[in-house]
Amino acid sequence: MSGLLVLIPIALGLGLLGLAMFFWAMRDGQFEDLDGAAQRILIDDEDEEE
Amino acid sequence: MTAPFRQQDLEDSALVDTRLTVPGMRCAGCIAKIERGLAEIEGIDAARVNFSAKRVAVRHSPRLDQGDLVEALRHLGFEAQALAENPLGSNDKESRALLRALAVAGFGMMNIMLLSVSVWSGAGGVTRDLFHWLSAIIALPVVAYSGRTFFASAWMALRYGRTNMDVPISIGVLLATGLSVYETFAGEGHAYFDSAVMLLFFLLAGRALDATMRTKTRAGIGALLSKMGKSARVLGPDGGTSEIKAENLQPGMVMVVASGDALAADGVIEKGRGSLDNSMLTGESDPEPVETGSVVHAGAIALSGPMEVRVTAASSDTVIAEIARLMDEAGQSRSRYTRIADRASRLYAPAVHSLALLAFLGWMLAGAGWYQSLVIAIAVLIITCPCAMGLAVPAAQVVTSGALIKRGLLVKDGSALERLAEVDIAIFDKTGTLTLGEPQADLSPLGEKQRQVALALAQTSRHPLSRSLADALKSEGTRPAQVEDIAEVEGQGLAGTWQGTPVSLGRPDEETTGMASLLRIGPEETIITFADGLRADAKEALAKLAEQGILSRILSGDRQGAVEAVAKALDVPATALAKPQDKLALLEDLRSKGQKVLMVGDGINDGPALAAAHASIAPGTASDVSQQAADAVFTGKALMPVALAISHARRCMAIVRQNFGLAVVYNICAVPLALAAIVTPLIAAIAMSGSSLIVVGNSLRLARVKE
Repeated sequence: MSGLLVLIPIALGLGLLGLAMFFWAMRDGQFEDLDGAAQRILIDDEDEEE
Repeated sequence: MTAPFRQQDLEDSALVDTRLTVPGMRCAGCIAKIERGLAEIEGIDAARVNFSAKRVAVRHSPRLDQGDLVEALRHLGFEAQALAENPLGSNDKESRALLRALAVAGFGMMNIMLLSVSVWSGAGGVTRDLFHWLSAIIALPVVAYSGRTFFASAWMALRYGRTNMDVPISIGVLLATGLSVYETFAGEGHAYFDSAVMLLFFLLAGRALDATMRTKTRAGIGALLSKMGKSARVLGPDGGTSEIKAENLQPGMVMVVASGDALAADGVIEKGRGSLDNSMLTGESDPEPVETGSVVHAGAIALSGPMEVRVTAASSDTVIAEIARLMDEAGQSRSRYTRIADRASRLYAPAVHSLALLAFLGWMLAGAGWYQSLVIAIAVLIITCPCAMGLAVPAAQVVTSGALIKRGLLVKDGSALERLAEVDIAIFDKTGTLTLGEPQADLSPLGEKQRQVALALAQTSRHPLSRSLADALKSEGTRPAQVEDIAEVEGQGLAGTWQGTPVSLGRPDEETTGMASLLRIGPEETIITFADGLRADAKEALAKLAEQGILSRILSGDRQGAVEAVAKALDVPATALAKPQDKLALLEDLRSKGQKVLMVGDGINDGPALAAAHASIAPGTASDVSQQAADAVFTGKALMPVALAISHARRCMAIVRQNFGLAVVYNICAVPLALAAIVTPLIAAIAMSGSSLIVVGNSLRLARVKE
C-alpha cells in the first residue's frame, strides 16, 4: 500500500510531463510540416560558408 | 552566409516576411534548391520551406517586392505566387483543439486503465476505493475538457429540436461518468470511468483524423489558388504606376495591362491593342483581338499588350460579381444535404434511448428496485454508445481521401465524398477541363536549329505563348542556342543575334486565325501554331465513368464548331454557347428529373453550375471561384482522377455501410448482456475497444485497393 503512494504519483507525474511536452511541441509548430521533415533528412549537408 | 547584406538591411529598415506558394516542389532536392537558392540572393535573409503546404516563407529586405521573389523562384525553376491569406479559411485552429483534446483523453484513458486493470484483477477494500477515487479525480477534468466538442454540438442540435450523433454520445458519456461518481461516493458497485474516457478518446481520434484531412486538402487547394486579377497596376497622374487591390479600384482609373496579366475590373481600352483570353469567363477557347474602344471584362487574361484600360465598373458591379451572386443562390441546396452519420443517428438515437427506457421499466415491473433498474438502463446506454458508429464514417473517409491525394485529387471534406458516391450523370465544361486550357505549341514545322533558337528566345519571356513554347521544347530535350543581345519589345516580341544572324520570335504580320507565333532566323520565316489540346486520357476517363453507369455530356460556352470537334472526338452529346444562366438552368432541369449531377468545370462561368451540382470537381488550373465552389480539385494533366474519385467514393461508402453493419452486429451481441444486468466495466471496455478496432481495420482495407 505504501509503495502505491509513491508509485502512483510518479506514474501520473510522468504522464502529465508527456502531455505537457506534447502541448509544447504543438505550440512550437513541430507538427506544421510533417512531410517536409521526412524529406529534409535526405538533403545533403553542404558547406554553407562557401 | 548573408552577413554583408544583413548589415546593409539594418541600415535600410527592418526585414519583412513574404509567403509564397510553390505548387511545383516535389522532393527533398526542391527544398534544398529553393532554400539555398533564395538565401544566396542579395537582400534575402532567409527562406524556409513548408513542404506539406507547398509554401516558402521568405525574410527579406523591403527593397525587394513580391514580383522580385516570384522572378527569383522562376529562375530556380519553380512557378510561384505570392500568398495573401488563404481564402478558404483556416481549419487549423479546429484541428489543433481536437488534437489537444485527444492528447488529454489519451493521457486520462491510459492512467485510468492502469488503475482499472488492478480493480478488475481483484483489488478490493480500501485499495479499490482509493483507485476509484483516483480515477474520478483524473476522469472528471478529462471529460470536461475533451468532451466539450461533443457537448457543444449536442446542445446546439437539441436546442433546435434536432438530434445528431453527438446527442447519444454526450448522454452516454455524461451518464457513465455520473453513475461512476455516485458509485465512488457510495463505495460499492462498478465505476465506468475507463469506458467514458475511452469512448471520448476513440471518438476524438475519428474527429481529429477528419479535421486533419480537411486541413491538409484545403492547404493543398489554397496553394493552387492563383492571384488572378486581385490587383491592378494603376496609372497615376504623374505617369508612374502603383499597385492597387481589386476592391479599391474606382471607375475612371486607368489600369496598365501587360501580357500575362488578368484584368481586375471591367473597362474600355484607351490605348494599345492586343488579344484577350476569355476562356475563364465564357469558355471561348480562341483569343479575342481587342483594340482601342473595345469593352473588356474582369477575369479575362491579356495574351499580348501592353494596353491601358479605363475602369468602367469595379468590384461589386463587374460581370464576375454577377456570377458570384448566382453562385451564392445556387449553393443553397447543397448546404441542406444531410450526411450519412446524421441520417444514421436519426434512426439510432431514438432506438437506443427507448431501449434504455424499456430496460428501466421492464426491471421495475420485474420487481427490481428503482436504483438497480436505473443502473441497468445506464449500462444499456453505455454499451450502446456509438463508439464504432462515430468512427465508421471518418475512418473510411480519411483513408479514401488519403488514397485520392496520392492520385492527384484533393477532396475538401467527407460530405463531398458522400455526394460524389451518389452521382449518376457527369457534365463537363470543355475549355480547361476536357482540354488542357493552355495553348500547346505544334512543334512539327521546326527543325533542330530552329528549335534551339526558338527556345533561347522563348525562355526569356513571360508571354503565355513563349512560356508554352519553351516548356514544350524543354520537355523534348532541346538545348537553347547561344543567342546574344536578346531584347523584348512589348507587343512585338523578342529579338536577338545568333551567330551574327538577326533572329526574332513574335506576332505574325498578317492576322492568322487562332494563336500563332512567327520565328525568323535571318530571312527564313516559320509559323508556329498553338492549339488547346484534349487531355491525353480524356477518352479513357469518360469510358471509366460510363463503366460505372455515369453518362457524360459537354456543356460549354465556346463556339459550336470548337465544341462539336471535341464532342465528336470523345463521342458524347454536347451543348455549345451556354451562358452561366443556361448551365444553371440545365442543372436545375436534371435535378427536377431526379438525377444527381456531377459538374466538372474550371471557368468563372462554371462557378454557379459547380455550386448547384450535387457534387463538383475543378481542375487545379481553374479560376479561384471554381476551386472554391467545387467539392474536389484535381491536379496535373490527366482527367482520370475524376473517374477515380467516383469509384473511390463509392468503395468508401460501401465500407461505411459495412462499418455500420459491424456496429449493429456488435450491439446485437452486447445489448442482451446489458439488459440481463451482467455487464461489468471490463466487458464494456473490451466491447468498446474491440468494435472500434474492427471498424478501423475494415476501413484500412480501402488503402490497399488497386485500380
